[in-house]
Amino acid sequence: MTEGPLLYLDRVSVSFDGFRALNELSLALEPGEMRAVIGPNGSGKTTMMDVITGKTKPDAGRVVFGDDTDLTRLDEPAIARLGVGRKFQRPTVFEPLSVRDNVLLALNGDRSPRFALWARETPDERARLEEILLTIRLGAERDRRAADLSHGQKQWLEIGMLLAQEPRLLLVDEPVAGMTDAETVATADLLREINRTRSVMVVEHDMAFVRALAVKVTVLHEGGVLAEGSIDDVQNDHRVIEVYLGR
Amino acid sequence: MPNDRTTIATLGCVLGGAALLAGLNLVAPAGSAAHVPDFAISLIGKYLCYAILALAVDLVWGYVGILTLGHAAFFALGGYAMGMYLMREIGARGVYANPTLPDFMIFIGWNKLPWYWYGFDHFWFALVMALMVPGVLAWVFGWFAFRSRVSGVYFSIITQALTYALLLAFFRNDMGFGGNNGMTDFKDILSFPLDRESTSVGLMLITAVVLSAAFLLARAITGSRLGKVLVAVRDAEARTRFLGYRPESYKLAVWVVSAVIAGVGGALYVPQVGIINPSEFSPGNSIEAVIWVAVGGRGTLAGAILGAVAVNLGKTWLTNALPEIWLFAFGGLFVLVTLFLPRGIIGLFSVRLPSATADRKSAAAEAAVREVAG
Repeated sequence: MTEGPLLYLDRVSVSFDGFRALNELSLALEPGEMRAVIGPNGSGKTTMMDVITGKTKPDAGRVVFGDDTDLTRLDEPAIARLGVGRKFQRPTVFEPLSVRDNVLLALNGDRSPRFALWARETPDERARLEEILLTIRLGAERDRRAADLSHGQKQWLEIGMLLAQEPRLLLVDEPVAGMTDAETVATADLLREINRTRSVMVVEHDMAFVRALAVKVTVLHEGGVLAEGSIDDVQNDHRVIEVYLGR
Repeated sequence: MPNDRTTIATLGCVLGGAALLAGLNLVAPAGSAAHVPDFAISLIGKYLCYAILALAVDLVWGYVGILTLGHAAFFALGGYAMGMYLMREIGARGVYANPTLPDFMIFIGWNKLPWYWYGFDHFWFALVMALMVPGVLAWVFGWFAFRSRVSGVYFSIITQALTYALLLAFFRNDMGFGGNNGMTDFKDILSFPLDRESTSVGLMLITAVVLSAAFLLARAITGSRLGKVLVAVRDAEARTRFLGYRPESYKLAVWVVSAVIAGVGGALYVPQVGIINPSEFSPGNSIEAVIWVAVGGRGTLAGAILGAVAVNLGKTWLTNALPEIWLFAFGGLFVLVTLFLPRGIIGLFSVRLPSATADRKSAAAEAAVREVAG
């Protein structure tokens, strides 16, 4: 095992109909690190997530995960099974299923239809389920349909599903959009808790939230890295100010 | 989700109802009010075959969200497999009295049985083919379609194309399946004469048993963890993919099982109606099957059975009484059910008021949250 970065984007470029969404983007994430990624609309944040999780294939560049796995050669399920979890901007949970079943389906394990047909819940699965329900504070809601949860609760359920996947890296897209202040604070706590055992990359618009996380910040602009550093460094960087406040 | 009570009720209705009708046909003296006439027995047998087809449609449409508009193709293929056995069973009793060649082949001047008719003189072989042919076709079709992520209305359209292509192919005389006229004039099945009433009662009862078995199979699938994944794929396919599932393999598995169930329905259908011809492939048939499911209640399995039997009872009655308005009534029924009974007839039995209120409450809560946040 080499002690290199967990995730390394190596000059990744993506174009859509001539528009350069990512322009030789390079970025490294250390094992156990939490990183906040900010940037104005259209700076390439979501495209970057799409490339890492296999949804979009880059035109050039590599995405190296762990020792030497090139993620650009794999599809979404294969990347997910390697240990990359992704939280969408809009909470996506399985609405007709119970909270418990949502987490159950996400638990790390065999994903084949044959296994699923014969699968019975094991005591180990039950224990992991309970632990996750506790972490995401939805223990009391376990038997409710996911559709009946509040917006914030759905966000947490989705985070719980990602935990159940036991990823090595968690990608979180705007976790606090549409949340109340209390929910935002609780979400920051939750992410810090998750970060104790895994690496996290958070894409966020909400500057107060990024400040509360108190982690290294990467600023994207026009598909590349504009600045990197603590939130204070970044906010005082004249290029960042220019991009955010306009020229 | 159907619970064990609805399972028992459904099995009770299907098996009990079939046994009761059979008993009334065999025991009650002809002419008495309780007597069930022979034609009614074959009609019920036919409806039960349609119910098997409806079950197959509900399995993929109700639980995985795959709107199939070509399932009658699998039904018809199963029917043709059985028809080929029944043709060869006629033997030398045909008009041309040829012991191996069916009449229609002699009529078009063939003097040798084509290779793909070999083996159909055995009942077991025909049965295996009635399962295999729809299964393999569904596998090949589904493999390409699901892998290239064809879904929604595009998938529905190519299923229509599939059944229409088969319709045109089976119309051709040189395909060797009887062309336009198809196959008919069957004499007996496993040496039981098809014109004897005990045979039709037996076939109807077997159909009821097979329908029950198919229902239990579908229940086992939808009640398992696999069933939960299917619902997850139906409602949030991208999410399942990012959790490490391959939705295409789940879709393919259920699609093939569903096609095989439809094929069994077709195999039971042909000896009971006495004919199989290319019109069974007509695109309208597949659409009708989807409407039975919608009327009965999509995603409930029991509703599919109920819808198939109820709509076809109505069709039999109306096409006799007022043949020219049947299609209008059928279309109207579909519109009314879609507008006023989104959960179908079965939805009338299982009114889930508390959950419906909860839905509204949570929607209101969510709207409030958004308002505060925005």
